[in-house]
Amino acid sequence: MTDSSGTKSMSIIVTKGSLDWAYPPFILSTTAAAMGLNVTLFFTFYGLSLLLKDLDLKMTPLGNPAMKMPMMGGHMGMPNLASMIPGVDAGATVMMQNMMKKKGVASIPELRALALESDVRMIACQMTMDLFEYTLDDMIPGIELGGAATYIEVATQSEINLFI
Amino acid sequence: MADQTLDAKGLNCPLPILRAKKALTALPAGATLEVLATDPGAVKDFAAFSRTTGHELIEQSVDGNVYRFVLKRKA
Repeated sequence: MTDSSGTKSMSIIVTKGSLDWAYPPFILSTTAAAMGLNVTLFFTFYGLSLLLKDLDLKMTPLGNPAMKMPMMGGHMGMPNLASMIPGVDAGATVMMQNMMKKKGVASIPELRALALESDVRMIACQMTMDLFEYTLDDMIPGIELGGAATYIEVATQSEINLFI
Repeated sequence: MADQTLDAKGLNCPLPILRAKKALTALPAGATLEVLATDPGAVKDFAAFSRTTGHELIEQSVDGNVYRFVLKRKA
């Protein structure tokens, strides 16, 4: 809702917790906050992994037919079966992390800290916290708990509502 | 000559914008910030940032692979 000072708002429902899916919510929220929007992130299901104190984000080529990494001068994908081989998924994770570092892309811990610094409101879905038996103690400080109605209220007041 | 220079070379989206925002907030109204970046996406991003926030993009140039932006902190 454009408040009395003309400030717009954005909300994002964050449902995924892999290394690649961690980027869109944190990049969009920090950039929007930098551009003057009020931003709320609602973390649910696997998005909860992005709030853990000990971030351990991973990647897999399994079921990711569009994932083709720059390798040997071209772009190469991996057959699903390859994920069965020990070390392949870990290798994909490490490869992505190295690529990010090499190209000067911010790390997730850095983006997450910037989000908190920019007063992005972070809500953890109470129901899925209970479902996966997470406690607030597992999570970084500075987040609140909320349910679906909490999110819907935020959404009714936001010009932009995204589902990631 | 800008009041402050921000070296964002080698940093990719969204870092140039985030660092610029932080630097601008710390400057007094009317002060200028020069940002140097190598991310080609920064060209459109700084234009959009300027339009949306009201911090005027008073100068823009490119030298080789380094893009230069001068922003003026709004009142």
